[in-house]
Parts: sequence; C-alpha cells; structure tokens
Amino acid sequence: MVENEEQPKKRTRREFLQQLGIVGIGSALGGSAILAALNYDKSKTDGQRVRVLTAQNELHEINKDDLHKVLPSKHGKLTYLQQQGRDGLEGKRFVMVIDLSKCQNARKCMAACQNAHHLRPEQHHINVLKMEETENTPPYYMPKPCQHCDNPPCVAVCPVDATFKRQDGIVLIDNERCIGCRFCIAACPYSARIFNWAEPLNAQVEKDVEYNVELNVPQKKGTISKCLFSADQVRLGKLPYCVSACPNGVYYFGDENEDTVTNGTTKETVRFKKLLEDNGGYTLMPELGTKPRVYYLPPKGKTVPFNEQDREEASEHLHHS
Amino acid sequence: MAFLTLSLFVCLGAYVYQLNKGLVVTGLGDYVSWGMYISNFVFFVATSLIGMLISAVLGLSGQKWATPLARMAEIIALAFAAVAGLVIVSDMGRPDRLLNVFIHGRIQSPIVWDITVVTVYVLISTLFLYIPLIPDLKICHDKIEKLHPIARKAYKLLSLNYTGSHEQDLIIKKLTRAIAIFIIPVAFAIHTVTSWLFANTSRVGWDSTIFGPYFITGAFVSGTSAIVIAMYFFRTNYKLQEYITLEHFDKIGKLLVLVSLVYLYFNLNEYMVPGYKMKKFDARHINALFTGAHAFLFWSVQLGGLIIPITLLIFNKMRKPLPLLIIACCVFVGGWFKRYIIVVPTMEHPYLPIQNVPLNFKVYSPTLVEILITIAPMILVLLIVSTLAKIIPIVPIQETIEELEESHD
Ligand code: SF4
Ligand code: SF4
Repeated sequence: MVENEEQPKKRTRREFLQQLGIVGIGSALGGSAILAALNYDKSKTDGQRVRVLTAQNELHEINKDDLHKVLPSKHGKLTYLQQQGRDGLEGKRFVMVIDLSKCQNARKCMAACQNAHHLRPEQHHINVLKMEETENTPPYYMPKPCQHCDNPPCVAVCPVDATFKRQDGIVLIDNERCIGCRFCIAACPYSARIFNWAEPLNAQVEKDVEYNVELNVPQKKGTISKCLFSADQVRLGKLPYCVSACPNGVYYFGDENEDTVTNGTTKETVRFKKLLEDNGGYTLMPELGTKPRVYYLPPKGKTVPFNEQDREEASEHLHHS
Repeated sequence: MAFLTLSLFVCLGAYVYQLNKGLVVTGLGDYVSWGMYISNFVFFVATSLIGMLISAVLGLSGQKWATPLARMAEIIALAFAAVAGLVIVSDMGRPDRLLNVFIHGRIQSPIVWDITVVTVYVLISTLFLYIPLIPDLKICHDKIEKLHPIARKAYKLLSLNYTGSHEQDLIIKKLTRAIAIFIIPVAFAIHTVTSWLFANTSRVGWDSTIFGPYFITGAFVSGTSAIVIAMYFFRTNYKLQEYITLEHFDKIGKLLVLVSLVYLYFNLNEYMVPGYKMKKFDARHINALFTGAHAFLFWSVQLGGLIIPITLLIFNKMRKPLPLLIIACCVFVGGWFKRYIIVVPTMEHPYLPIQNVPLNFKVYSPTLVEILITIAPMILVLLIVSTLAKIIPIVPIQETIEELEESHD
C-alpha cells in the first residue's frame, strides 16, 4: 500500500499487528494508516502485556493497548478476515495433484468438504465424477475441485471483484460482496461453482457468526460458493479437508515454490515436479488457457475395477443426447 | 389498462416471493444457472434497438416514408431499454447489493460494460424521443381544447418556450440529427456487449466470434416485428389510417423480410459450421438442438419465426395490415424463444458431466413463479407504451406535416 511506503517506520509495526490478527480494519483507505500512526505513539507507554494467539497458531506477547476488537464489515470496508482472505499467504503457490489411478469413489473427500463448508447434500465443492473419454477407453473416477486457475475466467467476468485470485494461487469468493449474477458460473469451464439458491443449511444457527472468507462460512443465500483449497487450513499449515479425508492416497497437496507435495493419506512428502514427470501428470482442458493449479495423474494401473452400475452414467456424457 | 395493472401486481407478488425465498423458487440450478430471466433480458435489449433502426438509420438515409413511425419506434425503444434494466435485477441473487456494481465495479467484466452502455442508451433514447417532440408539445398545448389546466401547464413547461421560430426549428433539427448519428454506435454497443456476456465464455454454443452481428441482426428482426404490432394497434385504436397507411405496412413488411434474411444468414453460419464439424462437445449441443431435447423448440423458432414468415412476406397480399400483424406476432414470439434457445441449451451442456445432483439440475424447466416474473416486464412495457401514447402524439405531427408539404410541392 502506498501510504505504508511513505511511512516505513510504521510499516513493520502495522504488518506485525496484522499478522497477529488483532488489527481491526484492514482498510484499503488511507484512514487506517493514520489510525495506526496514532496508535503507534500511544503504545510507547509501557502498559500491561498480554498474550495472544495468532491465526498461524503462534503465541505472541504484546502491549495491552495494542489490542483492538475485530470490527464487523462496514460499507465499503473489509473486516480483518476479509482482508486476510484477500491477501493470501506470501511466498506460497499452492498446488494439488490428484492421482486417478488410486480413486475408488470412496467419496470421503466430498463428505469432509460438505461438512467443513456447511453444504447441502447436492452442493459440491468437490465432486467425484464418473468419466469415460471414448468407447474403447476404460472409465475412471475423477474427483473435481475448483482448478484454482492461474488465468481464471470466473475472476475476469465478476463485476464486483467478489471472486479474486490471491498471491498464493488460491481463487476465493467474498460472499459479503457477491451480487449473485452467476456470470462466474457461466464462465467457469469446469462447472466448479455452486450457488446458494435457498437459505443455506445452517442459516439460522450461524446468523451471528462472523464471515470467514477462507472457509466461506456462514454461507449466504443468493451468493456463490466453491472449493477454496481449504484456505483456512493451509493458513494453519494443515492439508485441505478433502486431502486428509481420503483413505486411498488420491490427493497430494503442497507448494509449487518449494516443489513439494504431501500425500493426504500416507503423509509422505514428495517432489512435485518429479511426481508429475514420473507419472505423466496433466491438467484438465489445457487448451482453454485457464492454467489450472490442480494436476491429474492418469488412471494407469488401476487395481480396483470400475463399478458396473456407474458405467452407464459415465457413458451418458459421451453419447449424444 | 386496469387489467394490465392488476396483472402487474400479481407478477410483482411473485417477485416478492422470490426475494423472500431466494432463487430456489425458479427452475434454475448450479448448471443451468441462467434461464428465462436472462433470455428475457436479451430479448428486451434486442427489441429496444428498433428506435435506432427506424429513426436513425432510415431517417438518416433519407427514407422519408418512415417519418410517421419514428415516434412509435422511439417509444418502444425507450420502454424496452428502460425495463431491460429491471429484468436483469430480477435475475440477481442479491438485488440488495446492486450498488456494489458502482462501488466495486471492475472494468474487465462485460456486465459492467453492459450496464454502462444500457444506461447511456436509455438516456440518449429519452433525448431522441424528447427533442423532436418539443414542437408537438407546443401544438398539444395550443390546439387541444379540452385539457386539464395542469396538463396544459406541463405541455407548456416541457415545450421549453418553443415558439416555432426558424432558429428554434434549426436547433431542433440539428440536435435530432446529431443524436440520430450518435445513437447508432451506442445501440450497436448495447447489443454487441450483451452478446459478449455469452461469447466471452468458453461454452459450446456461445464460444462464437459472430455473436455480435448475430445478435444485432436478430435484434432488428424482433424490433421490426414489434413496430408492426404497435402500428396495427395504434392505427385501429387511434384512427390513424390517414397517416399510417397501407404503404407503410407494405414497406415495413419488406423491411422485415430484409432483416430476417440477414438474420437467417447468420443463423446458417452459427449452426451449420459447428454442425458440419461435430467436434466432441459441440456435437452434444448441436444434436440436442437438431434432433434432441430442444429440437421441437429449435425448429419451431427457425421455421415459424423466420423461414415461413420470410416466405409469406414475399407476397404482396401478406404485407396488408392484418396478415402482416399475424406474421409479426409469430416473429415476435419466435424471437423470444430464440433467445431462450441461445441461453438455456448451452448451459445444459457443460464440458464435464453433470453428476451427483438432483435431476432438476440437469434439465431446466421454468416454474410458475419464474414465468410470472418474466411476464411482469412485458406488462410494464405495455403500460409505458400505452401511457406515453396517451400523453404525447404517437405520430410526429410537425415532421409529418413537413413531409406532406414537401411531397405536395
Ligand atoms: S475452475 Fe472455475 S471456478 Fe475455479 S478458478 Fe477455474 S474458472 Fe474459476
Ligand atoms: S455471482 Fe458473485 S462471484 Fe460470481 S460473478 Fe457474480 S458477483 Fe462475482
């Protein structure tokens, strides 16, 4: 932010506070910088020290005077959670690798995801599809989350910046801003987006819960939802909900910058590029230029047979309606 | 009028219901997430282009016969364009956040372009209606005998001290001409941008480079049929046989043939090219249209809304008022369903299979509430047009007199 560059002294302190998760308004407007500057002078007096837990799960000690309550979203301003959700994690480039040869359609990923994001049974952030490419190629199961495209059409078309791309590669939604035009649904070639057509599942209970962009909870009627790469989990250094729920070792998740991905089942960490190289990794519909951050390993050497009942459903998409 | 108002209230009731419950009251789902409302929006924007075609294009190219139709075309254009804005709101999941578009608007979103150009078009259309109207307002003020004093005052106020001086006439002429020129690119812009809402996605059936002209020519077809309907009703109800003559019907009938032929040509391109290649994903879409689930609607629209009307209208007899009215109605209704055919089937054919969702997510069928909310804007347009027709001369008096004088000289 510009005002920070002009005041290098205050910058570190403000950043520090933001990390702690206790600065109230991460406002895009200059006002917050002034506020921070004022508080800076005030905090020079040694007051009582208190301990706070950061969003990264670390314990810090700070002056009690520096504690600020997180303010709810005001018109045009973002809450701390919203700002943090937009900023993303510095220095990271998250990727997912899905090994199709291991998927047995256990659907534990779908259940864990729906549970975490408070979705209805027909709402899928991740959907295990039954696929068949041609008559002569074998069918396979394909879990399909949002591809977190590096060139995301959904973000391009959104009229209000309610869906956005973060520096760590994750594409998120701010359902406090979404106007429900559903242009992003039309634009997403992977059918990754869902809409809250009715009151969400837990609308009543979650009335007063503060909105967390990184979890997209509480869900809101008339707004979009989709896979978030479990941004709330990865902030804590954990694996996404689906990844850790899979019993069959289908998912790897990690950081492209570090060139490592971790298998959610075996917790084994491997080289990302090497994994793709050794197994013929690919992305879905690369010809569209969306540049997905979700990679697939082909269903080669599958040991578990495809369920016969699913075959018909898989071939439906193949044959012309 | 009373009936219309009553129906409007019923439809508004449906909208309140939708506001309350959410869009779940429609037949939309996560896959077909745009349906009747968006089709309706496209149709409204399309029809509103007629003001530009009749008043600007014909006017500027010296087609004097069209002068008495200009006012009607402008009223239709204004009504449809203004109401189109409401139609799009009816589709929004969070209409309460409409202002976000202005607060957080992002220039790279075609929706923002659309809102901008539609607003500009509504403003210019208002001017386009109003400026040439000034002399007529003066005539209303002077010549109508039984008039409520307030109405007389209003006419006077709105005629802006027009006295009929040569100078004032010149200003009005120049202004009208300037607006006529300016409105052409804006009208092209509104419908081209509307087509880009679709063409700027990678979906089968929408991912087309000819969508702009395809939509524009389609707009002329719907608009021309709308003006035929308006001509017929105003002519009979307002006893305007002298001014809206058989010749007008004949000529507008020919215009309808011309624009329909051009549109047919674009249709041929739009369906024949992917239909020949039958690429994997296109094939599912094309098959659904040609022989599958949407075939009946598709062919009804192509035949009943385009091919048969063109064929019939070639005959002189068919360009008489009554037959022309009937044909125009078919074209108009066909035009609406054509938008539906453009919007809905594509959404039913995404690249990846639709699985693990209820059946109503796979196949779109509109609900009653949705139909009512779709009808509401049409009623509103009827109300606007008939109200405007009551308070302003539906045929431009001044200009028509001038035309008549010129042709007698
Ligand atoms: S998969 Fe769809 S929703 Fe996800 S980033 Fe790409 S375009 Fe957007
Ligand atoms: S539905 Fe919401 S997130 Fe999607 S494009 Fe519209 S405003 Fe953006």
